[in-house]
Amino acid sequence: MSAFVEPLNIIITGVGGQGNVLASQVVSVAAVEAGYRVVVGETFGVSQRGGSVMSHVRISKNKTYGPLIPRGQAGVIAGFEPLETLRVMFNYANPDTVVIMNDRPNYPLGCLLGEDNYPEPARIEDTIRRRVTRLYCLPATELAKEAGSPLAANMVMTGALVGSGLLPFGREYFTRTIEILFKDGVRDLNLTAFELGYRLVAG
Amino acid sequence: MGVCEELAGVRVALTGNESLARGALEAGVAYAASYPGSPTAEVLGTLARVAKMFNLYVEWSVNEKVAMEGAAAASFTGLRSLVVMKADGLNVALDFASALALSGTRGGMVIVVGDDPGAHSSVREEDSRNLCKALHLPIWEPSSVQEAKDMTREAFALSEELKLPVVVRCVTRVCHASGDVELGEIARPERRPQFGRNDRVITFSIQLHARLEQKLSRAAVMAGDSIFNMYTGPDKAARLVIASGPSAMYAREALDMLELAGSVGVLKLGITWPLPETLLLNYLKNASEVVFTEEVEPFVEDNVLALAARHWDELGSIRFYGKRSGHVAGPAGAGIGELNPDLLADSLAKIFNVPRTEQAVLTSQEAEALLGEKMPGRELALCAGCPHRASFWAIRTALELDGREGIVLGDIGCYTLGIARTGYYLLQTMHCMGAGVGIAGGLGKLDRFGFNKPVITVVGDSTFYHAAIPALVNARYNRANFMCVVLDNETTAMTGHQPHPGRQATATGEPADTVYMEEIIRGLNIPYAISDPYNVEDTINAVCDMLQQSGPRVLIMRRTCALAAVKGKQKNRVYVDWDKCIGDACGCGRFCSKVYACPANIWDAEHGKARIDEAVCNGCGVCATLCPQRAIVVERTVE
Repeated sequence: MSAFVEPLNIIITGVGGQGNVLASQVVSVAAVEAGYRVVVGETFGVSQRGGSVMSHVRISKNKTYGPLIPRGQAGVIAGFEPLETLRVMFNYANPDTVVIMNDRPNYPLGCLLGEDNYPEPARIEDTIRRRVTRLYCLPATELAKEAGSPLAANMVMTGALVGSGLLPFGREYFTRTIEILFKDGVRDLNLTAFELGYRLVAG
Repeated sequence: MGVCEELAGVRVALTGNESLARGALEAGVAYAASYPGSPTAEVLGTLARVAKMFNLYVEWSVNEKVAMEGAAAASFTGLRSLVVMKADGLNVALDFASALALSGTRGGMVIVVGDDPGAHSSVREEDSRNLCKALHLPIWEPSSVQEAKDMTREAFALSEELKLPVVVRCVTRVCHASGDVELGEIARPERRPQFGRNDRVITFSIQLHARLEQKLSRAAVMAGDSIFNMYTGPDKAARLVIASGPSAMYAREALDMLELAGSVGVLKLGITWPLPETLLLNYLKNASEVVFTEEVEPFVEDNVLALAARHWDELGSIRFYGKRSGHVAGPAGAGIGELNPDLLADSLAKIFNVPRTEQAVLTSQEAEALLGEKMPGRELALCAGCPHRASFWAIRTALELDGREGIVLGDIGCYTLGIARTGYYLLQTMHCMGAGVGIAGGLGKLDRFGFNKPVITVVGDSTFYHAAIPALVNARYNRANFMCVVLDNETTAMTGHQPHPGRQATATGEPADTVYMEEIIRGLNIPYAISDPYNVEDTINAVCDMLQQSGPRVLIMRRTCALAAVKGKQKNRVYVDWDKCIGDACGCGRFCSKVYACPANIWDAEHGKARIDEAVCNGCGVCATLCPQRAIVVERTVE
């Protein structure tokens, strides 16, 4: 686990329907269970699904922060979708920011309609690497399918976030949180997905 | 863990809306009512989930005015009651709210109003504080998730003391934030509702206005001692920030960034109406420069400026900076949009003339230069499988077949996206709940002036019950000529699938006496038909048929919200048979992805064929019926 910088600013971003809000809830509940102070600010569009979404998670030892992270001050960006990761990185990353990214694109309407071009995944990766020194790029949706459903990609990403060792508290708080928040099949699915993400990054 | 945790002093993670609900539980609320609206939609759902455990009455009301009337009734009997709405909902409830302020209340009554600075999920960023001031109601403004709970609890006590409802005005950044909250004890009052033959609650007396003013004067005095007004910074600060809501935290963070925290004081007002005047004067008399930070209108600013003008003699010359001076403003201008720590750091750096150093971030031009190409935006879209997309497609096609340039009016709900691409830009008006039907009624009476275009208005099922019925009564009575399409997805989808009078269950999951919209429409003597929008061809025919009729008439397009339909079920598998899909050779213009524009219909550039994104698709199968090559296959598990 790395040295704790006060506050730890995490941005979780992606597209509506990918479970960003749930992932940020798991992080915040785990943080509280571990005795930390936490605030989460959600930003989401009008559409139920398919719009850009972003959660700001701020973890601290004993101070209450506002729900918005200032520009350029993200410690970690967990991107559930490449284009959205890129968008958020330009605004919130600094050279020390760690980026964890799902490699699977979710095409905006303009791209589906052939008016816009979705940038090549390799080009997105390369652009991110030119801005930050640490990038983990992982096939979260594929791993989630392996776990049982592509919808569990959010828990794969949460596992990867914990696996990166950037949080000041251990994975046991996360497995406990998942066990409390979910029931039956969904609980098992999420635990498996979390584990796959964790192992991929923690090694 | 969570909202129903019994142990006091424990810290749990709650959302702002859960925190508001918990505050009501800690105050011993007995009755809670709401109509769902962002950003406060989840407050009532939270209470509904624990209603049995704490013996509460919790209802989704048909609209905000009715919700407030019910909650007032509970208060008249001495019980504590809560009513929850968004800013737009306060407009609906305003008529009763102004009367209630006069009559007063008995048991503590709290009105939670969710304002949406930045209009994240609203059509406007109305600042309800101006209305609440006109109503003569005290306004409390939480700045954090913790305060959302604590203030709600204490607002009940103030309401009971003053015998006046108290408004807890909460903005999106608090409602939709979550964080650790230190819990208090849940109250279990043993109050019995009392309202006897001799009890009277009336507004018919001029003395009531005077009494209301006295209540407010008392509230102003009490506000001065409130723990929710908080000062941080040096003693006798010459530079002072006066803040309310989450902007207090943004201001403190901005001052930290500028290394000004040691020299600039922050007076955070938790109670912004009536103003805690003595407290303010205390800080103003030491100040030479004052900055106001609040969302969204300059409400505190204007009222404090008036206060300072009245006390000019004692205060002397102070420079005031804020929205009025143009110093506290985002890119769109003062009094528009949300604040954030960066905006305030920029403003405060300018006002106090200190350098602002920040992490280098890229402008969009620099970002695109680094990427080497344009970065596509992500516009609003109806969900994959949304029945409204099929409905809009059917209406659009029918209007083309009809050929008379029919007008389509809109309303508030998910289907508001019909103003944009995903609804084929069909909707031509959009104002507030139910307005589309009323406007259609007006257009439908213009034939004598030579207006002869067919008029269609679309309205959602929840909106139908909330605000469309009086407009339909009016249309029947006055013989207005238009067609009303009820886009019935069998839930209040936009705010999170809350039930409404057309459903079989109540807020707490008990069986409801369902109010069928067909029976209402039949009772109004308005002809109607029902179609399934997933059956696109039949729906097009139904629209065409009904366009030929005259007078008010209703077509119900009924199909469960795609998200609700697949919840907890194995979704239908939809895929493209690549032996049948002939790509661009088809001549359909990539109908599934480009024309019908469902986000689950993607294009495989490498193979030049259509593909379905299984992570996005909700399995409706409408694209399969529209594909000219019949190349899309549906394996059904859900009907």
